Amino acid sequence: DTDIDDRYGDLDSRPDSDIPEIPPSSDRTPEILKKALSGLSSRWKNWWIRGILTLTMISLFFLIIYMGSFMLMLLVLGIQVKCFHEIITIGYRVYRSYDLPWFRTLSWYFLLCVNYFFYGETVADYFATFVQREEQLQFLIRYHRFISFALYLAGFCMFVLSLVKKHYRLQFYMFAWTHVTLLITVTQSHLVIQNLFEGMIWFLVPISSVICNDITAYLFGFFFGRTPLIKLSPKKTWEGFIGGFFSTVIFGFIAAYVLSKYQYFVCPVEYRSDVNSFVTECEPSELFQLQSYSLPPFLKALLRRETVSLYPFQIHSIALSTFASLIGPFGGFFASGFKRAFKIKDFANTIPGHGGIMDRFDCQYLMATFVHVYITSFIRGPNPSKVLQQLLVLQPEQQLNVYKALKTHLIEKGILQPTLKV
Amino acid sequence: MAREPDAPPEDKESEAEAKADGETASDSESRVEAVTLPTSVDDTPEVLNRALSNLSSRWKNWWVRGILTLAMIAFFFIIIYLGPMVLMMIVMCVQIKCFHEIITIGYNVYHSYDLPWFRTLSWYFLLCVNYFFYGETVTDYFFTLVQREEPLRILSKYHRFISFTLYLTGFCMFVLSLVKKHYRLQFYMFGWTHVTLLIVVTQSHLVIHNLFEGMIWFIVPISCVICNDIMAYMFGFFFGRTPLIKLSPKKTWEGFIGGCFATVVFGLLLSYVMSGYRCFVCPVEYNNDTNSFTVDCEPSDLFRLQEYNIPGVIQSVIGWKTVRMYPFQIHSIALSTFASLIGPFGGFFASGFKRAFKIKDFANTIPGHGGIMDRFDCQYLMATFVNVYIASFIRGPNPSKLVQQFLTLRPDQQLHIFNMLKSHLTDKGMLTAATEDE
Repeated sequence: DTDIDDRYGDLDSRPDSDIPEIPPSSDRTPEILKKALSGLSSRWKNWWIRGILTLTMISLFFLIIYMGSFMLMLLVLGIQVKCFHEIITIGYRVYRSYDLPWFRTLSWYFLLCVNYFFYGETVADYFATFVQREEQLQFLIRYHRFISFALYLAGFCMFVLSLVKKHYRLQFYMFAWTHVTLLITVTQSHLVIQNLFEGMIWFLVPISSVICNDITAYLFGFFFGRTPLIKLSPKKTWEGFIGGFFSTVIFGFIAAYVLSKYQYFVCPVEYRSDVNSFVTECEPSELFQLQSYSLPPFLKALLRRETVSLYPFQIHSIALSTFASLIGPFGGFFASGFKRAFKIKDFANTIPGHGGIMDRFDCQYLMATFVHVYITSFIRGPNPSKVLQQLLVLQPEQQLNVYKALKTHLIEKGILQPTLKV
Repeated sequence: MAREPDAPPEDKESEAEAKADGETASDSESRVEAVTLPTSVDDTPEVLNRALSNLSSRWKNWWVRGILTLAMIAFFFIIIYLGPMVLMMIVMCVQIKCFHEIITIGYNVYHSYDLPWFRTLSWYFLLCVNYFFYGETVTDYFFTLVQREEPLRILSKYHRFISFTLYLTGFCMFVLSLVKKHYRLQFYMFGWTHVTLLIVVTQSHLVIHNLFEGMIWFIVPISCVICNDIMAYMFGFFFGRTPLIKLSPKKTWEGFIGGCFATVVFGLLLSYVMSGYRCFVCPVEYNNDTNSFTVDCEPSDLFRLQEYNIPGVIQSVIGWKTVRMYPFQIHSIALSTFASLIGPFGGFFASGFKRAFKIKDFANTIPGHGGIMDRFDCQYLMATFVNVYIASFIRGPNPSKLVQQFLTLRPDQQLHIFNMLKSHLTDKGMLTAATEDE
């Protein structure tokens, strides 16, 4: 009964070549596809499988968009849980930790806690009217942070109590692995949902830009690829990178133009208590109203026009697509490095031809955070419903003082007409 | 004088078992070298060594620990006397030292000193996260100062974007620094750095938030944890019999329970003493005119003596009908209870960590005690708890901050909120036609 900690302790300090490989899981391509493509050579068969699955995933994406924001939220939650599961499973296999007591329970428990915390913060913000009505929800919202912290602490104490003598190092590794995974997948998925509430276009354009960059970089690399980009991913080429960059910017520009017309995509998602569902109806902000821009001289000569009508959002979409093509790939390289570090070919084998869900979403990691930071820095200020909610929590005397201060300000600015005394 | 590394007994058994299992030669070779991380050289000052040279080793250790404990407590009092600014700087230094200690352990575990960029990247991430947190704090508390200075205003408006960009740069540098045979090690150190940042840096910022709420919210929790440490040790020393947890064989149930009661009593007394002084009780504010921190205010209800009826049970014991206490003392019971019941879990976590990586102490900074991290391990959860406690039970949102946020909204949003507030106040009867015209 060797000290497992020692064994893994040794592995830790050795270079990668000494680490045993993790055997790949079985191939999950459906039989029907295999029969249809049985005549082709192996390379083309793989290409066809990837192509068919790509089209399937894109259609599924369109379908869910059509079904609305609530379904999108559920989809995001589903993806988050699956990504978490994939990464944790890799951790288990790397450390052979299936037999450790409590581990799976604790990992899933921490996932639940962190989700509870984040969803609670979101729900309080966006469902303010709904929440004000229900008494028990009021209690949960007011002490939300305390409850979340207590739940997390319970998990932490369970972890400490579950430490087993010869397995300390493994258990600490899995604890850290769980937390880093939570940090990456769960926070990102909640930022995605916050972006979604800002307006579905803030969800669709970034994600589509990343997907487009993936596909066009692959195509450019396939047809024109010559110079390798980075030792980490030998298949990536500079031609693919640059071609993908330009195509994505153009694609983003066009997609922004198409989507900006529809209120469905452009309006913030709101929860209406009367109809008890999500609605996207509003007066589109200036960002989504056509404006005339004068063209710089060299473009004037090229296009033979003085001005062009654009949505201001399209200018922002250039920033988003640029990020998607320049920095997004670093998320992919990070995931490639991770896979090489732990000698796995794919994160899982969920999608035939593509690997796991995580393989498809690795470039999206940083995108959600970037869009969120972009929105809060350049687009909107603080969330009005949150400000109102906090105002309602103040002491009555404080509320009265704030009311007076606001009134003075609004009258100064001319937004509010001073009431005339009769 | 080098201290001998104490290899825990389990190691020797497992070595023998491993050999009996007939492992390959390479496995057992590397096993021997990876058994224990060597502890650093003994740092006890020569003065102390000479003064205590006559005593036996056990009592010498006891005296060294005792003297250093008193030295640290005295140092703590001096810093409190020097004021909030110095306290903030001490918190920052403690944070950096803890980070350094944990990262050094990571380097030793993974033999990663030779990896390119690693030290630079770890310190760079520390800088980024600190910049982010300090930026958020500064914007809140120094609002007027920031609005005056133009470069500061821009920095604060785009603060999140700038912090994110800085972090991204570090992330991209990490990806570009990945070296072929060392991927695993590099990812481990990346994960190690991030978990350390999560633990050490967020806690230290929560400590500073608590400090700004009022120095009492900083001093009472930290003192309760220290008191619990010392009391549990004393009770364990004199009365200890039943072991508490396999992880820390020296802890006993007697020490645990004795420490709990002693800490609650200590917390009550300490809060009684401190609630009388404005400098501890008032929120720390930055005064624009004098360009320094001031603690001057009208103490809130929490810090005014009130009469409480004693429940019948205790009445017969003490013989008083009512007692005059500060409401804060009730809260201090909650804080001390947490410090004695859950605080030790932070200590067990650190013990488990040390056993997992076969180290005796985090570092050897404080003679007799180990590293800074060894002293602060029970404090981890305390700072977060106090912060959550304050946010949930004590104060609501800051009204002036809300007004500032309001001023940045669009006019139609401002009008909407104003009307909602007006209808709310009218419903509550706070707003009548008379008050409107004022």
